[in-house]
Amino acid sequence: MSSTLSASEQWIAERLSQRLGGAPSTSTPAPVPGRGGGARPMQRRVFLKLGGLGGLALGLACASDDPKPTTSAQPEGAAGSGMAPGMATEPPGTEQAPEAPEVPANQYDLSAYVRIADDESVTLYIGQSDMGQGVLTAIPMIIAEELDVDWAKVRSEHPIADQQKYGMQFTAGSASIANSFAAMRQMGAAAREMLITAAANRWQVQPAQLRTELGAVLHDASGRRASYGELAEDAAKLQAPQNPRLKSESDFRIIGTPRTQLSARLKAEGKAQYTLDVKVDGMLIGLVARAPTVGGTLVSYDDAAARQVPGVRDVVQIPSGVAVLADHYWAALKGRDALVLQWNDGPNAGVSTSALPNTMMSMMGQGQNRTNSGNPEQVIAAAPAERKLEAVYQLPYLAHAPMEPLNAVADVRADRVELWAGTQAPTSVLNDVAMRTGIPAANITLHVPYLGGGFGRRLVNDYVLDAVEASLAAGRPVKLMHTREDDMRSAQYRPINANRMQGALGADGYPTAWIHEIVVPALLGGIFATEGSSTNYPYAMPNRRVTWQDPAINIPVWTWRSVGASHNAFVVESFMDELAVLGNKDPLEMRLRLLSQSTDMTAPRFAAALQDVADRAGWNTAPPAGRARGIAVHMTFGTIAAQVAEVSIEAGQVRVHKVWATVDCGRAVNPRGVAAQVEGGIIFGLSAALWGQIDIEGGRPVQGNFDTYRLMRMSEAPEIEVNIIDSGAPITGMGEPGVPPIAPAVCAAIFRLTGQRIRTLPIRLDA
Amino acid sequence: MPLYQLDINGQIHEVDAPEDMPLLWVLRDILSLTGTKYGCGIGQCRACTVHIDGTATFSCQARVGMLAGAKIVTIEGLPAERKEPLVAAWEAEDVPQCGYCQPGQIMSAAALLARTPRPSDADIDSAMSPNLCRCGTYVRIRRAIHRAAEATP
Repeated sequence: MSSTLSASEQWIAERLSQRLGGAPSTSTPAPVPGRGGGARPMQRRVFLKLGGLGGLALGLACASDDPKPTTSAQPEGAAGSGMAPGMATEPPGTEQAPEAPEVPANQYDLSAYVRIADDESVTLYIGQSDMGQGVLTAIPMIIAEELDVDWAKVRSEHPIADQQKYGMQFTAGSASIANSFAAMRQMGAAAREMLITAAANRWQVQPAQLRTELGAVLHDASGRRASYGELAEDAAKLQAPQNPRLKSESDFRIIGTPRTQLSARLKAEGKAQYTLDVKVDGMLIGLVARAPTVGGTLVSYDDAAARQVPGVRDVVQIPSGVAVLADHYWAALKGRDALVLQWNDGPNAGVSTSALPNTMMSMMGQGQNRTNSGNPEQVIAAAPAERKLEAVYQLPYLAHAPMEPLNAVADVRADRVELWAGTQAPTSVLNDVAMRTGIPAANITLHVPYLGGGFGRRLVNDYVLDAVEASLAAGRPVKLMHTREDDMRSAQYRPINANRMQGALGADGYPTAWIHEIVVPALLGGIFATEGSSTNYPYAMPNRRVTWQDPAINIPVWTWRSVGASHNAFVVESFMDELAVLGNKDPLEMRLRLLSQSTDMTAPRFAAALQDVADRAGWNTAPPAGRARGIAVHMTFGTIAAQVAEVSIEAGQVRVHKVWATVDCGRAVNPRGVAAQVEGGIIFGLSAALWGQIDIEGGRPVQGNFDTYRLMRMSEAPEIEVNIIDSGAPITGMGEPGVPPIAPAVCAAIFRLTGQRIRTLPIRLDA
Repeated sequence: MPLYQLDINGQIHEVDAPEDMPLLWVLRDILSLTGTKYGCGIGQCRACTVHIDGTATFSCQARVGMLAGAKIVTIEGLPAERKEPLVAAWEAEDVPQCGYCQPGQIMSAAALLARTPRPSDADIDSAMSPNLCRCGTYVRIRRAIHRAAEATP
């Protein structure tokens, strides 16, 4: 519901609201390099297993005593490997190759972020969650730049969640790079100065006489050289400098260069560990029978038959339903099928998406103003009929559908908790689990394995708390899974919405007035309701009103990749195209003109992106026979993305042949990763535009799997060409901005092909 | 529960499992071969691709009771001469984003290249379209398969 937010939602709303309009958040304090306070740096002897699990650290012991690897001491850095104490390190049947010899390497922490081993490897611990957007590569690039190391020696992992060390761990709003660029430069530079100081002490020279080069400190006067690996032990004992000297940006040799994801090989080999791959000694695998209606409640259940299913070990009631815990997934599924359950359908029994559009349309005219300038009603009323337009746009609920279905592993003990969760919000998980269990966050160990997709869904902690509840009830570790159907019906949807648009043109055929009434359920208190609407566009529009009304529908809604922009940009840019057609203007030329009349600082960047993408797409040339092009632009969390789609209709189906995309995120830390995010965002947006729809019937989500919730497949995927504009604007993120422009660009092309204006998504062509 | 003998990655594994248990869960939950991923359970996404007698197959649809005598290969057991050119190409094209579907993509691509060493775009589309990627890495997968084909003599 809109009016009351849980503590967790409030926390997230506060974090995300700082992203609106693209301003970098200042909520996360720059982490202090080093340990500070003169604490003795921890030294560790870590045994690396070459081969095996991709060379990740498997065990460690304190350097001072036991030289043997142990799984009882928790390696702080093992999160990315998904390894756990007591976890089988040699699963039967894996790794047929002969065992590689164990090569001991001493590893030293120069800060919570930077670990250097005497084999010269550099492992960087990144608090932001990598769900595919590449933050475990881009942030290491920033640190490595200032640290001055050989990129080939750099690895990265998620650390054990720790707010003291890593600040707020919360990955959303395409904010990771914007929020950490300056701090991570400092982090790398501080470690570099510690290595220089260690060499200066060793050689009894002034630090100013030393320089660094690709992982080594050099004293040119004497020709002496020491590698970082040789210096790391001494450097780790030093205090981190508070104001290390930063490189001149003109000396950057990593930032701004295209780099492959550090995890690419591990993932291609099938060795990357996701939460779903975690196995802990004594762990049961659980599935929860939940109410078929959103918000339904359990009346009673009979688990006698379920307990008879071979492999089922326990059945426990938890707040979200009845959890069947078993030796393996199949037994859990069979056991769950055997439960006899009685549900109360709850408050949504009468909610059906077939009726919601009418409900929302009945609320037009009741919204509160979000923007109000000039006199749009009067201007529109005064305009002649041939120079004004009214249109209704409607978009559905959408599911995130990450490829790894939601799941978490919890081992709750009397005084401590150990968790594995591919979460976008580790800090919020710690808060929620501490609140639920009464165990302080300091005694909660949260590992964050690789995330098999996130798209916003892994910001809400329901699936982690389910695992905690099941472990509490069963008294043993539990991997609590969602089937694909559980995941898709878990009702944290991109909100359904309806929009009434009105616009008028001046005598010259250019828009002069604009009214956008948005009826959309309040997400996190409504902070995103009009985000991405014309309030975000610098189109000169003297008379403009944007309103928002919450229809107070009881189906939970959540952040879905690009959030408000995922619906508002479609409406704004489609209606712009309608106005261009009405005024007999070229849609590019009309936009450029409105931008040229704007005083907004972002207008020239919008124009440059549009012009660039249009030029590359040959906007002023005729498309191949049977095809048409459409254009759209949007600014999401500060990044501007313009796209041209070239489309045809084949056998009654929309075929997107090619997409040209131009993005301006200020500066691209990793251009290769930026391009990947644009490509992926376009495919993500196309799946939604062409097929994406979650229906609710009698309170029950209908679509449950990929047969009815279609995703784009390879044979349907367009060719995509990405260009990046380095505008020098403040750096902004790339996880989401690729998504919003594609639907309006495709629908504009469809209009040119068919004359049909698509105002409802997903796209349905007239017969 | 019955005992089944499964030939997986060239080794015989004796597995105690219900007859209708999908191979996917035998691999993941009994044998801890977790490179094979669960995505949908209904044969729609092929994150669970393995080779059964050389054919890329949905392991979520293969019941353990039907696999007597079948030669099963998972991502863990894909021979290096087939796997390495693909992994190298995946790395060169920077294919993976979240990476969760990629073992299945590699397994599908390996079966394609075994059958069609120099595939056309149409061959690739046809062989790879059963494999979903929510991150949308399709364009790079296509390039990577061409690259792997060219790298294989």
